[in-house]
Amino acid sequence: MTTPVLAIENLTVSFRADGEWRPVVQDLSFTVGERETLAVVGESGSGKSVTALSVMRLLPPAQSRVEGRIALDGRDLPPLPEHEMRRVRGNEIAMIFQEPMTSLNPVLTVGFQVAEALIYHRGLGRAAAEAEALRLFDRVRIPAAQSRFHEYPHRFSGGMRQRVMIAMALACRPRLLIADEPTTALDVTIQAQILELVKMLQEEEGMSVLFITHDMGVVAEIADRVVVMHRGRAVEQGETTRLFTQAQAPYTRALLAAVPRLGSMEGQSRPLRFPVVDTATGESDTPSPTPDTVDAAERPLLEVAGLVTRFDMRSGLLSRVTGRVHAVEDVSFALRKGETLALVGESGCGKSTTGRSILRLVPPSGGRILFEGTDIATLDRRGLVAMRRRMQMIFQDPFASLNPRKRVGAALAEPIVVHGLAGREEARARVAELLRRVGLDPAMAERFPHEFSGGQRQRLCIARALALEPRLIVADEAVSALDVSVKAQVLNLMLDLQAELGLAYLFISHDIAVVERVSHRVAVMYMGEIVEIGPRAAIFGDARHPYTRRLMAAVPVPDPSRGRIRRGLDADEIRSPIRAPDYVAPPRRYTEVSPGHVVQDWGTEWERTPA
Amino acid sequence: MSTFIARRCAFALVTLWAVLTLVFFIVRVVPGDPAQVILGEQATADAIAAMRTRLGLDRPLGVQYVEFLWGALRGDWGVSLVTGRPVVQEVLAVLPWTIELTLAALVIGAAAGIPLGVWAAVNRNRATDYVIRLASLLGLSFPAFVSGILLLIFFAIQLRWAPVMSTQGGSFSAWLGALALPAINLGLIMAAYITRVTRSAMLEVLGEDYVRTARAKGVPWRAVVWRHALRNALIPIITIVGLYLGVLIGNSVLTEIVFNRPGLGKLIVGALNQRDYTLLQGMMVIYTFVVIIVNLLTDLAYGAADPRVKLK
Amino acid sequence: MTATATLLRAFNTNKTSWAGLIVLLAVVALAALAPWIAPHDPIEQDIFARLEGPSATYPLGTDQFGRCILSRLLHGARYSLFIGIASTLAAMLVGSLIGMLAGWYGGRFDVVVMQAMDVLLAFPALILGLILVAMLGPTLPNIILAIAATSVPAFARIARAPTIAVKEREYVEACRALGYSDARILFLHILPNIFAEILVMSSLWLASAIRTEASLAFIGLGLRPPIPTWGGMIREGFENILDSYWLAMAPGVAILVVVFALNLLGDGLRDAVDPKLKGES
Repeated sequence: MTTPVLAIENLTVSFRADGEWRPVVQDLSFTVGERETLAVVGESGSGKSVTALSVMRLLPPAQSRVEGRIALDGRDLPPLPEHEMRRVRGNEIAMIFQEPMTSLNPVLTVGFQVAEALIYHRGLGRAAAEAEALRLFDRVRIPAAQSRFHEYPHRFSGGMRQRVMIAMALACRPRLLIADEPTTALDVTIQAQILELVKMLQEEEGMSVLFITHDMGVVAEIADRVVVMHRGRAVEQGETTRLFTQAQAPYTRALLAAVPRLGSMEGQSRPLRFPVVDTATGESDTPSPTPDTVDAAERPLLEVAGLVTRFDMRSGLLSRVTGRVHAVEDVSFALRKGETLALVGESGCGKSTTGRSILRLVPPSGGRILFEGTDIATLDRRGLVAMRRRMQMIFQDPFASLNPRKRVGAALAEPIVVHGLAGREEARARVAELLRRVGLDPAMAERFPHEFSGGQRQRLCIARALALEPRLIVADEAVSALDVSVKAQVLNLMLDLQAELGLAYLFISHDIAVVERVSHRVAVMYMGEIVEIGPRAAIFGDARHPYTRRLMAAVPVPDPSRGRIRRGLDADEIRSPIRAPDYVAPPRRYTEVSPGHVVQDWGTEWERTPA
Repeated sequence: MSTFIARRCAFALVTLWAVLTLVFFIVRVVPGDPAQVILGEQATADAIAAMRTRLGLDRPLGVQYVEFLWGALRGDWGVSLVTGRPVVQEVLAVLPWTIELTLAALVIGAAAGIPLGVWAAVNRNRATDYVIRLASLLGLSFPAFVSGILLLIFFAIQLRWAPVMSTQGGSFSAWLGALALPAINLGLIMAAYITRVTRSAMLEVLGEDYVRTARAKGVPWRAVVWRHALRNALIPIITIVGLYLGVLIGNSVLTEIVFNRPGLGKLIVGALNQRDYTLLQGMMVIYTFVVIIVNLLTDLAYGAADPRVKLK
Repeated sequence: MTATATLLRAFNTNKTSWAGLIVLLAVVALAALAPWIAPHDPIEQDIFARLEGPSATYPLGTDQFGRCILSRLLHGARYSLFIGIASTLAAMLVGSLIGMLAGWYGGRFDVVVMQAMDVLLAFPALILGLILVAMLGPTLPNIILAIAATSVPAFARIARAPTIAVKEREYVEACRALGYSDARILFLHILPNIFAEILVMSSLWLASAIRTEASLAFIGLGLRPPIPTWGGMIREGFENILDSYWLAMAPGVAILVVVFALNLLGDGLRDAVDPKLKGES
């Protein structure tokens, strides 16, 4: 038997907190073979990133303790003195990180940052190192590499920065590449490009890859074998295909059950709850279909017509308008009581701004927004306050959406009292009811937000939104920051509340698989415009617009049996909706391809792009 | 980059105008007739009226204001009421002394403060760090005149290493001898500030993702600290040192008094004591000029240190 | 968590803050008790005991008028602390309000207000204080006003930055979506979250105010003699520096101790309320 490239045996990592050593990784063992891709998958706090950092010995030495064996090609790393370990880092093991936006040094040119590893490990002079680095830029498919080589990182998009990171990692032809959630911060089409690039370079270089991720879809696309981690321990490991089809550990089965699979909703007419799996036994219930909550005959609750929101960009001496962000451009849709309309798209497509414009958190530049038949632009301050009672918002970051200095009971009672819906005593009773409704214990009202987990906080945010008995909730990436299993629970709660209260949701999300599961209708946004809108089944089953198709194709599907779809190595970037001040949005024409399914007519710029 | 400079220059002009206006009105809204104040309680009504004419106070406020601005722009700030010499001459005569002192202090401050701050940050929460932190905190707790007096007592009176009084002109060693104690006095306080700023900026930067990236590619620790981290830390350091300039100038006044050294500080205190109203007005303008020029230099240094500035 | 809780936690994690607080409380107590514990009247002159060294009657010696230095020090502490605290409080109230409003409303209002603050800030604080006191006259209210004026812009900056940071957090956006008024959001939701930061900075600015007051008095723009002020005592001592240097030493050390104690206190607290730890609080 050959020596594996990386062998981890009985790894235990502890952190010191308040003077006590607390283990975060316990008794972990796995190997990564020659040319193999091993995925370590787990939710937040599972210890997967800590494992990667302890292989590289990048944890702060004063606060961390690493025990066990970490062998690279049979050589045990932990006993090495620091100067020898430095020769390993970037040379034999290279690493790329989750946040491309902050992982590059802003005051050094990208070219130098790639060349640096060559200078230290290969002893090259600066000119020779930069010449070699330029070749690496070509290999990671950075367009116009020659001219961009001496630029600073702030000129690069997230996807391009991640390519620079990969070039840096490949510089010394490492034996092992550790990729710590390298695509999590990227948009789905960019993620697809980066995954493709990593796969291709791995084959060319013959290196091994340790791929850390929380995304089962990414695992299915990239990994040969998988280690599933939960609370610092490996609960299961094995071949990717076997793991997806015959998972043994209850936790793995629960995890897989909570993952929405794109395309799994075929034949379903309404949103579907997620199955609830007992993490102790692995037993799963069969999700019951949601009741019909939409009355198509009624007048829509929310009607948006020709909504436009633009932001001026000023610069220069006199702060002249030098550009304009066309964040939302001629957006129209309607939303009925009890209905979920999903707005999907990638970053900068205007989906969040659309939501905020509807609540008038940002002022719209044009168009009409009718809520229960009233034009909200005509409302005075009072009318606006009253209107805001009827539509509420839930935000992405559950840690930032609650005032850290207010007890949750007070935070939930405040809107009730401010709007004069009840006195203090009655508000208290209502808070208890609200907490129960979102599945929390009413006794928790006395606690502060920091005592709650992310999922619980998002439940609190939902409860706060419900306090005013709204009819519409704008959920802006409301579950995106949550772990898969928690995400499924919160989504189930949202579906239950819709069935009970007839709530309408404007569900803003970049997560296409989740959207397929929970929405009645879907609108796809690109560059501030809706390019395609229609019933969920039509959008997912019969996508027409090239952008919609590209978006769908880029979503990693958690099903290894589908094989690895090659998507080609394009380096298209997401285009920016910043335009010159004199830009006039071109008139758009729409075609109704089936009842309710409307597609924007697209121009020649889409013709060459493979769908 | 050029728009950035243009913006900063425009801002400097606006600042200058605002301060001039402020100075103009401060001098005029204070209770009491300046002419009366200058001439004292016993002055006759005629003398006061003559003084008012001499000061131009008998003309409408708007005219005075325009003339004041116009004069300030042309470098004509009137004539000292005490010596009868133009204010500009009075100021220019002592300006080199103050510039020399503050520059020397800045050099000492940066030369001592930046390495100490880096050293403390790298050894965070160890003995070195605590000692440097306490020492720098003590350093910036000193009012400049207290530290000056202590230096004077120790080095000039007890050890007789330096002169108690500054002398003008003379040899290089006399010049250095006269500059040394005042410069050290200001420089140590400045070093205390810079040490603290450097330490906290470095701590912030050392926690950044790109420092981890640099370590992950095997860059030696020394290069991580000095090339990757310090280059970034310089950006906040420059900003804050620019803000401390006011402290430095204030302290230079006290230092000049303690070491009896000519300079803007001595001049302004003299003007205050003698109620030299025009000189005072001119001094405020010159201080504003100095501050604005140094702020401009700070901004330029900032622009040079941070490649992202060019985008703005 | 409340602001008090944050401060309490700060004390527990930082021992130098405790040292600073204890020294400070001791000085406050001595100043408060000065009329009872001072051995002599601070302005009583003993012409037979001028420029004397320490003795049983005059523990720290006497000045050129034969006044008890210890008594003058104790009484001087009252003026230093009172001027310092009053001017810092005034600057904190005015400056924080300006900063919060500028940060909250943003846009042109913010630009104009903060530009004005920058102009004030650009002017060396001591020079500004000097001119104001010289123009207005060295009385207690004028000195307080002058010192407060020099630190208003600093407080405006201190309050503005966290206001902007907090404003962009989603809970404030949620407040707007819930239809709360601006005043409610500013004072009930934002202020409690930035108050600890402002309070901590005010201890550092108190140190600076005490230093400025002493500097003004040293230049000759303090409360008029014979009122005992530390800066004034140093000024008088400095005139006799060649033969009786201890005259300037005693008040010098007193200022240093108070300012250092305040800096220790504020510095430790600032570490504890550092925004980097905010997410967890």
